[in-house]
Amino acid sequence: MSFNLLLVNLTGRNNVYLKREFIKSMFKVTKVFRFTSVAMLCVMFWGCKSTQSTENTATESSAKADKAELEELYWAKIDSSKMNFTEADVKFMTGMIGHHAQALIMSELAPKNGASSQVQTLAARIINAQKDEIATMQNWLRERDQPVPEVNINGLNLMIHGTGMDHSNHMKMAGMLSQDQLVELSEAKGTEFDRLFLTYMIQHHSGAVTMVKTLINTDGAVQDEQAFRLATDINVDQITEIERMKLMLSQMSQESE
Amino acid sequence: MIVATALVTFSCSSTEQMMDVEYTSPTVAPLTQVDSPSPDPRVGLGAGLFDAEEAAWNLTMVSQTPPPKDFLGVTNSDLAFKGKYAIQGNYNGVLVWDISDPANPVLTKEYLCPASQSDVSVYGNLMFVSGEGFSGRLDCGTEGVQEAVSDVRLRGIRIFDITDIEDPKYISNVQTCRGSHTHSVLKDPNDDDNVYIYVSGSAPVRPEDELPGCSDASPDEDSNSALFRIEVIKVPLANPEMAAIASSPRIFENLEEPPSHGLAPSDKEALETAKANGAFTVEFGGQENVLPSQFVSQLFKTQMGVDGEPTAADSAALREKLPSIISNMFGGGGDEDEDSRKGPTQCHDITLYPEIGLAGGACEGYGLLLDISDPVNPKRIDAVADSNFAYWHSATFSNDGNKVLFTDEWGGGGQPKCRESDPMEWGANAIFTIDNGKMNFKDYYKLSAAQTSEENCVAHNGSLIPVPGRDIMVQAWYQGGISIFDWTNPENAVEIAYHDRGPVSPDQMQMGGSWSVYWYNGAIVSSEIARGLDIFALEASPYLTENEIEAANSVKLDYLNAQGQPKFVWPKTFALSKAYVDQLERNKELNNTAVNMARQSLANAEKASPKMRKQILTKLASQIDGLASASGNSAKVKMLADSVRGLASNP
Repeated sequence: MSFNLLLVNLTGRNNVYLKREFIKSMFKVTKVFRFTSVAMLCVMFWGCKSTQSTENTATESSAKADKAELEELYWAKIDSSKMNFTEADVKFMTGMIGHHAQALIMSELAPKNGASSQVQTLAARIINAQKDEIATMQNWLRERDQPVPEVNINGLNLMIHGTGMDHSNHMKMAGMLSQDQLVELSEAKGTEFDRLFLTYMIQHHSGAVTMVKTLINTDGAVQDEQAFRLATDINVDQITEIERMKLMLSQMSQESE
Repeated sequence: MIVATALVTFSCSSTEQMMDVEYTSPTVAPLTQVDSPSPDPRVGLGAGLFDAEEAAWNLTMVSQTPPPKDFLGVTNSDLAFKGKYAIQGNYNGVLVWDISDPANPVLTKEYLCPASQSDVSVYGNLMFVSGEGFSGRLDCGTEGVQEAVSDVRLRGIRIFDITDIEDPKYISNVQTCRGSHTHSVLKDPNDDDNVYIYVSGSAPVRPEDELPGCSDASPDEDSNSALFRIEVIKVPLANPEMAAIASSPRIFENLEEPPSHGLAPSDKEALETAKANGAFTVEFGGQENVLPSQFVSQLFKTQMGVDGEPTAADSAALREKLPSIISNMFGGGGDEDEDSRKGPTQCHDITLYPEIGLAGGACEGYGLLLDISDPVNPKRIDAVADSNFAYWHSATFSNDGNKVLFTDEWGGGGQPKCRESDPMEWGANAIFTIDNGKMNFKDYYKLSAAQTSEENCVAHNGSLIPVPGRDIMVQAWYQGGISIFDWTNPENAVEIAYHDRGPVSPDQMQMGGSWSVYWYNGAIVSSEIARGLDIFALEASPYLTENEIEAANSVKLDYLNAQGQPKFVWPKTFALSKAYVDQLERNKELNNTAVNMARQSLANAEKASPKMRKQILTKLASQIDGLASASGNSAKVKMLADSVRGLASNP
């Protein structure tokens, strides 16, 4: 079923990259089929065994064998569940890695630029959360034999390797700061940094929310459980942080009055 | 036995003389001196799906049962309980387990009907299941829904008739704009004809073409917006197929600038230390903050014109001018956000405690206290925010309703947030007292055992264990395992038992661990995301005696829902009185003579004839009354006296 979906999605579009992926996927699908047939056999075998073991007292070794067979089925199912994805899911993951990477660049400025302890706490949490999510998204792509973007940060400069995608594509994503905005932020200090950081991070996060929206409005997308979880987690986490940052901004402007 | 009976008979007939029967005193130790295994055996456990290494303390695993093959490899989610059954949600449907023998749970029904998260609840003969993901279908098909707009997609609540729980019948559903991530079932004490379902949805709003009336515009642009509200579904018990949305209360209206709970004790200490070391502080966001030293040296340069090392006079001058400098530095600005709405757009969980008329709403960046005396129109009575909390996830009240514990599901549950480097205030529980409808922050509690990067871990779902006189909770931490802790003292929650496994996979983050764990009629039942159904039993320890466990297990529930909190009432049993005695001894709130006297009398009474028992207990109750004023915890002593009096009046 997921194989057919993939076929429709990949053959329906004329794209060299997709064709390459299609060939890769073919390979992967045959691998999954092999796994699944082994697993089916295991289930049948295990089924018989377990009926017996309820009649007799299960010996430790047969229970162990049942567990091993069940485990094989588990991994086969996890493996085949990873086939249920589309080009839109891949594009989202690939893009969001670069998007998150810019949040790291922005957040790493906070301690150096004399941010308030509240903003430093916020920045530290953004770094922690988005680093983990980058790892999860890279893993998601790797497990599906897709090109995995590697993030390389050098000061204010972001390099994304391994996707064959032009860096300028990343800069076009919703909410991304221009290089000028990044420089402006890096030169701000103290309270001015706080205000600019919050303003720009709200812009940046709102872009991520827009990217989730675009993804879910695409036919066939987010059927994959992990992709759904990631996209909705990014959605609610960033919406929550946007609220928090708006609150912090309004408190700042009230205190300065 | 015969000898004992003879003795008792003898003693009863001789009116004055009572032979003392033997009794055992449990070992107790105060929670300030918990002697937990060290080094913590949960750190460094070997990986495996069904053969991971395990560590347990004061908790026995009674059974672990893998899911059936159609459900294997698919996330197990939340639990509900009815009679002898545990109902386990799974992203592929629901599983009905007969747990009357906890050592051998029997799978009585696998109902294939995919939807995430498949959180389940029950009321009477009805079962409710949450659907939020984009692949849930009205016809329960497993093929998913490929189109972004489709009339076969189910996002909302499915309703089943479980008159025969081993054969549920799908009778209806209620579609909602954001789907149902979780839900809570409210039985209003004053309404026997209906139940109400509070729906929380955290996924994006579905297109209007798919469900008419759904709008994700801001409420200022569209008063019908599906954001900034919850849905209340009314289910007529006589005609559950008529269930429909009754209201969409905007409980977040005007939610701005809630009082912050201020600093945690450890933060306060750090602040005091920094101040003692000469750090500069400034009031910001309603609390005192330490200024970074680079910032201070800049201030000396730019604001005070001091080059080089500042003198004591320079420092004093800066301190004096600091508030006005900081205020000047804020500048104008910020007005571009004046028109934008603040506050959460939805809740994650709403925990209902109808007996006290309150609900705890965990809603994005806020914890809310709601008055639910009018079920269709919940009213917000208080709100708290906390800069350490990323995502308010769920709430648990103490049985007396004087405290509430909120969890922070930082990272959404799919991320490893219990690593050694992760702060103990992030992804933790926050404990509040409720004083006249206001929540006051007391402390955090987070799983203390560091987990690996291959283990998703953060505070998640749990329930109270009905140990009388104490607030004890069992809680799931995903792959961090299960933690049982005492939060009677809201300023110092203490772990007293645990269970943990190594990661599912040694070299990659594979979702697993305990989604949720609940105490249900003596069993501690956990839904393991990857591994199935785990059942545990409490082990007695100096921090939780056999008497306390027995008293907890005397509480019997007919059903239990994840987000519905029942009020525990303890039958008057010997275990109840003995549990109070153990507690008074543990906390040194009664002296040894009094403790021994109480234990001896209870033991004698237990063995005595009904008439003699009444006499012994009545006398004991009045003796205990006399001890109350001298005790450090006269309230507890009175609870003991009342329980003994109650025992005396038992037929």
